[in-house]
Amino acid sequence: MSIDLEEFHQIFFEESLENIDVVEQALIDIDLESPFDAELINSIFRAAHSIKGGSGTFGFTEVTNFTHLMEALLDEVRDGHRTLTPELVDALLKSCDCLRNWFASLQAKEALDTEISKPIAKIYQTMLNVDSSAGVSDTPVEPAGARIDADSASQDSVITDNHKTWLIEFIPDNEILLSGNEPVRLFRQLQQMGEYSVTVNTNKLPNIKSLVVDECYLAWTIQLQTDHQKQEIEEIFEWVADECRLTITDISNCSDQQLEESVEPVQESNNESVKIIQADKLTEIKHTTKRALPSSSIRVGIDKIDNLINLVGELVITQSMLSELGSNFDMSKIDKLSNGLEQLLQNTKELQENVMGIRMLPISFSFNRFPRMTRDLSEQTGKKIDLIINGESTELDKTVMEKISDPLVHLVRNAIDHGIEFPKERLAVGKSENGTIKLDAYHKGGSIVVEIADDGRGINCDAISQKALEKQLISSTEGMTDSQIFELIFEPGFSTVETVSDISGRGVGMDVVKKNIKSLGGRIEIESEEGKGTVFKVHLPLTLAILDGQLIRVGTEICIIPLISIVESLQIKQEMIKKVSGNMNVYRLRDENIPIISVGKEFGLSSSADNFDDQLLVIVDGDDCKVGLLVDDLLAQQQVVIKSLEANYKKIEGVSSATILGDGSVAMIIDIPGLLSMSAKRSISSNKHVA
Amino acid sequence: MAQLLVVDDSTSMRNMVAATLIHAGHGVKDAENGQVALDIAKENGFDAVITDLNMPVMDGITLVKELRELDTYTYTPILLLTTESSAEKKSAGKQAGATGWLVKPFDPEKLLHTIDRVLD
Repeated sequence: MSIDLEEFHQIFFEESLENIDVVEQALIDIDLESPFDAELINSIFRAAHSIKGGSGTFGFTEVTNFTHLMEALLDEVRDGHRTLTPELVDALLKSCDCLRNWFASLQAKEALDTEISKPIAKIYQTMLNVDSSAGVSDTPVEPAGARIDADSASQDSVITDNHKTWLIEFIPDNEILLSGNEPVRLFRQLQQMGEYSVTVNTNKLPNIKSLVVDECYLAWTIQLQTDHQKQEIEEIFEWVADECRLTITDISNCSDQQLEESVEPVQESNNESVKIIQADKLTEIKHTTKRALPSSSIRVGIDKIDNLINLVGELVITQSMLSELGSNFDMSKIDKLSNGLEQLLQNTKELQENVMGIRMLPISFSFNRFPRMTRDLSEQTGKKIDLIINGESTELDKTVMEKISDPLVHLVRNAIDHGIEFPKERLAVGKSENGTIKLDAYHKGGSIVVEIADDGRGINCDAISQKALEKQLISSTEGMTDSQIFELIFEPGFSTVETVSDISGRGVGMDVVKKNIKSLGGRIEIESEEGKGTVFKVHLPLTLAILDGQLIRVGTEICIIPLISIVESLQIKQEMIKKVSGNMNVYRLRDENIPIISVGKEFGLSSSADNFDDQLLVIVDGDDCKVGLLVDDLLAQQQVVIKSLEANYKKIEGVSSATILGDGSVAMIIDIPGLLSMSAKRSISSNKHVA
Repeated sequence: MAQLLVVDDSTSMRNMVAATLIHAGHGVKDAENGQVALDIAKENGFDAVITDLNMPVMDGITLVKELRELDTYTYTPILLLTTESSAEKKSAGKQAGATGWLVKPFDPEKLLHTIDRVLD
């Protein structure tokens, strides 16, 4: 058999991880005080059951054994023999973590960390043992840890090599055919076992008029000479055992009656095998950090694919229409041509939108983890939190989604840790005891906005500026607006909470958050009112494959600046330019000094950097400050498709990627932060040179 | 070569079973739950149906009952894929009209052997 099970592993892993999410989500949704929600319990059971079934078939024994315990308990819950206690919910949630860890290891083909399952398995066993010995359930529960494959257990039983003759009397019930069991097939099986003869008993066959075609009126007596065991013969009749009268007697040696008893399958004692997964120590589950995962896949709705095929079909039609038009073209057909081109434009646009759509996933993929996280954090901190999630169906590019997940987690943790007050504090200021965290995602213009709002204490401007002064991040707060002060929390090494807590506030958070968001071509805004709460707004591009760009001319070259980073563009007034610290030019714009960087000079395209007369200044949002880029001309604004420079050529500092323009020429897309650091390095080295 | 319908909500299981059967030369259609399976079964003819028990929307037992209600599936062999070796589940399946069962975990060979048992 050359079926390679491994090719199904990846699907199994992905599916199991989804199932774990289902379990977790359902566990969080369960209200222990409200009446039993059968459908919810069933969905948990089904998910655990699927993982168990798959892991058994694909040979991941540890996973099978562990999920078997989960399943055994869930089965009792489902049947109403056990109530879902907070302890059980807790253990199940921990199991989710454990399984996630295991599947990550399996995906990376690493050994499983079996230690992490032990404490949970112990809890499960205690639950299973205590209750079964106390006789809580009346009906026997499927034994935990029992052999999953009863058949294989029984096959190991006594083997004798005696050649025997068996007399099999098989009297099927009338309805046997209705379950799809055809006696002839059973005989065919018997035939394969050895010498065989059959006699049919037609006594019960009615007269043709009263014969019902659905029913079986025949009975058979079979004589079989075989080396096979009686049990194997019984197995052939296994499926019809309760639809017939069956006697199997050994007629080769009639004194052999004892044999029958000895072959009866013996159920293994359950407690024995339960011990497989026992541990003495309670160890906490470690969250493992990212590992290199194999190439991921994406699930796409069939309607999206169908749509795509449909569009490609239309494109082909348009193309053939155009090529026919081109083969004998004269000026009378100019209208047709322009219509055709219009159609081509339409097709391409739709195709582009649809292809982008394939990469789009609802943001619920990212939001889904927050209910669990909020629950855990609320337990850890003793703060009471209501989580409200809106806009889960807002779609986001898969890559953006993956990269934004961690920053979002950090922002939510921060909101819980720093934002929401303790219940007492809240009551004291006349707020409700429960704090609220609100997550929202929506479209705004060409981008997606993700909002993380809390109704906590808000950001204290004084505390922030105090801290910033202490840490010498700023020299004075004079003239700083509130929003400028808020921005300070994104400075590296900033943290206002005195004691560094477990949850957030290691002081390495917010600057990284901002950096990650920036690297995606997004930005983050803060709105906060003291005592009322804080809102973080994360603006993200819809996709990373297409960019809204501003075409600029530098010398004879055309480059592209991402539109999202442009603040404004202006004509230079010579008198506003000042020289500071040696070589650096700054532009005075509304009380701000904006450093000027000549794009042409940086890329070695033109040398007329000191002649500002005909040049334009494009003010862009750099890493933390505004910078003016000196360009020769502003051209069109258009969407450009991003082509990786590294994949096609090599990495070049100051350039993030390239694109192909309408006329077929290649244009570089400027990497603003890269350009800034490049220019900074240069001015340092040229300063040294001067000195 | 037989026409078979494989029903399982787990994609990996479904693909594995389907691939094994296709490899053995059978024609296979698949469905992710009982309801989808029932719709497919009404549109097509199958020599045998292999179905999981626990599925959302419509479970395996209900599917068996529904199929048996259809004229074209009165005698069609229907096998249950189950990890539950308990007699209770099997007899529930039998009462609904299932032909037999396949206990998970199974290897491709065991699967093919069992399928051969029910094919003419």
